[in-house]
Amino acid sequence: MLDERRLITVLQHGLPLVSRPYAAIAEQIGSSEQEVMAHISAMKNRGDIKRFGVVVRHRKLGYQANAMVVWNIPDQRVDELGSCFGKFEFVNLSYRRPRRMPDWPYNLFCMIHGHDRDDVLNKLAQMITSCQVTDLPHAILFSTHCYKQRGAIYIHDQSTQQETTRVRCA
Amino acid sequence: MMDKLHASDKHIINSLQGGFPVCEQPWSVLAEQLAMPVDEIISRIENLMRNGYINRFGPIYNAEKIGGGLTLAAMKIPPNRFEEVTEMVNTYDEVAHNYQRDHVLNMWFVLATERPEQIRKVINKIEKQTGLLVYNMPKKEEYFLGLKFEV
Repeated sequence: MLDERRLITVLQHGLPLVSRPYAAIAEQIGSSEQEVMAHISAMKNRGDIKRFGVVVRHRKLGYQANAMVVWNIPDQRVDELGSCFGKFEFVNLSYRRPRRMPDWPYNLFCMIHGHDRDDVLNKLAQMITSCQVTDLPHAILFSTHCYKQRGAIYIHDQSTQQETTRVRCA
Repeated sequence: MMDKLHASDKHIINSLQGGFPVCEQPWSVLAEQLAMPVDEIISRIENLMRNGYINRFGPIYNAEKIGGGLTLAAMKIPPNRFEEVTEMVNTYDEVAHNYQRDHVLNMWFVLATERPEQIRKVINKIEKQTGLLVYNMPKKEEYFLGLKFEV
């Protein structure tokens, strides 16, 4: 029987670069290659796995400027504008999150990656015009330093300890 | 940077962000798709990982669906304490990304936990240890999440 928790734990660290990666995973968790493949496919179909492939370091690939653009939007318009922002190919993420008053009035978060800051600002100007939000307050938070960057590790085992110390930014 | 990448590396990065085949011989399938020998694909991926272009090679989970906790948190750290607090926060296994940003809320990090209720516990610990408030801003609605970077 396949132990899903163990499969999730092992896969967090990625697939081994061997000729039959699913057989290698099966061996690690005491299952069979067929069972592992069937289970991963099922998790993909159910949406437990959003994507299964290569995860890149965007900075290293030339996307040097990374801005979080946040908006203070009347609650009744968040869905409409969240979708509008999400349609641009340079927007990687568009989420509603809670306000934290008094310090944080913003409830819609977008991530924009660009080759440099001007590139990001030009893209933002395009969004503002196209979604007609000139009157809505926003803030642009460029990242000034990356201190840690790795995949989310949900289940911690002995190997994650090591991984934490190896974490680096691109 | 990017211009050091060979056209074949770019081809691999663009294709493999979309998905890795789930079958007994995934490399053979890719070899056909990419018109590249298996050995070359594997050695290029090894190099890309070693040189930090690729972070990892595997699943991106949907936290809620696998029963996990995931949130974005921010802190307002006095400039003279920034390094000290960053070091403290980064020692937590639950911290995935951590970025400094140019705002009063100057530190932004992602927390991932096995169970949703553990998020609160980690935040409480960080607050106690640092004496600073942690602003917890979990996702309420997802309008778009793109996971591909074209090179």
